[in-house]
Amino acid sequence: MKNKIFQSMDDAVADIPDGVTILSPGFSGVGVPRNLLAALNRQGAKGLTGVSNNAGTVDENIDIGTLVEAGQMKKMICAFTASTHPSQVTPFTRMYNNDEIDAELVPQGTLAERLRSAAAGIGGFYTPTSVGTELAEGKEHREINGRMHVLEYPLPGDYALVRCWKADTAGNLVFRLTQRNFNPLMAMAAKVTIVEVEEDIVEAGELDPDLIHVAGIYVDRLVKIPADGIWI
Amino acid sequence: MADKIKLERQAMCDRLAMEFQDGWIVNLGVGMPTLCSNYSDSSREIINHAENGVVGYGPLAKEGEEDRHLVNAGGQQVTPLPGMACVHHADSFMMIRGGMIDVTVMGAYEVAENGDFANWRIPSRKGGGIGGAMDLAAGAKRVFIAMEHTTREGGPKLLNKCTLPITAPGVVKMLVTDLGLFEITPQGFMLVEHAPGWSSEEIQELTEAKLIISDDLKEFRFRA
Repeated sequence: MKNKIFQSMDDAVADIPDGVTILSPGFSGVGVPRNLLAALNRQGAKGLTGVSNNAGTVDENIDIGTLVEAGQMKKMICAFTASTHPSQVTPFTRMYNNDEIDAELVPQGTLAERLRSAAAGIGGFYTPTSVGTELAEGKEHREINGRMHVLEYPLPGDYALVRCWKADTAGNLVFRLTQRNFNPLMAMAAKVTIVEVEEDIVEAGELDPDLIHVAGIYVDRLVKIPADGIWI
Repeated sequence: MADKIKLERQAMCDRLAMEFQDGWIVNLGVGMPTLCSNYSDSSREIINHAENGVVGYGPLAKEGEEDRHLVNAGGQQVTPLPGMACVHHADSFMMIRGGMIDVTVMGAYEVAENGDFANWRIPSRKGGGIGGAMDLAAGAKRVFIAMEHTTREGGPKLLNKCTLPITAPGVVKMLVTDLGLFEITPQGFMLVEHAPGWSSEEIQELTEAKLIISDDLKEFRFRA
């Protein structure tokens, strides 16, 4: 069996080049690959496109916003390009207002389904979401079963950075509760999938095959989060 | 006549929660709508859905009960209930677009008499915050809105036509404000319950759209 285990977060992200698309999951601080994002921040790749639910928060925790603030991202594709409260000014908000970063705003369910389509080898899909709004302007419309839909395209990534609860040496992944969110979709939608694991990585065969959320064939690299890593 | 009061946010959300029926799957938006979950009625079972892929979760976690892996759509730590299930984001939005959600409650900047509403973008600010709102608006069986009756500056928010970019056309079924409860009918806003002490004429004065006054107009209900 191919060895997928890397000894450090830094080793696992060392070869990520400038200009690629990074899929970065997590929702409300849960299931965020903070250790891998910290390593990518140290590694310094630039000109990256990020796909994430949001473009960072106002808190001090490491997330995709850390890379935005460091000038590593040229574009963000996400469901929030403005904070829900005007008082919450993130580094992204500041840079976006100054035209220092590009962005594409995508409804959250469309974002998830575009990732799923990329993983599934589907050329696109029609959704009723956004019909009649300015986000649908310029998109192909089609009436299906009496209801108007818009065409949306797949959203693949070059690298996915993923956070999971349990993994085995074959790369099979298990998530816990709402940690799952975008993690399986992004793990399956990227060319190279790198995973930080909370529990000890067990031998292949020790996880119940019926309870696996992402099949190991999607996973390229695994790193156990060290005791002094980021656990939130 | 009773003292003239504006309704508190909790009372507004309690009133919408009274409309939830036994067995409904309910999605509460971040912010004010979350207060709907504080209304308890042991005669019915409500199943809470959050867009981050959890269905069947329970009340907010008290100190010592928190589980760092379990949050609602607003990032608040919640507790599990027997029967709870977790799914990934695409499956969560399958539930939303696929018609599994009986009602979603959201906040809004504006609601129009044709059921359009706006809650994601202020054109004077760059960008927008959609989150799951457009999917929920397009996919839930019912959209309820909870918002203040007027803007901070006193301007109307119940309009003939939305002035801000809309979230979805023609979907709002019911609206609660600090002045009353409204149904959106094919003819426009119908005032069905008024805040204590407020006449329908006084509410109309703070409303741009022409209100239809229900033949059965009542004072606002604080409990079922």
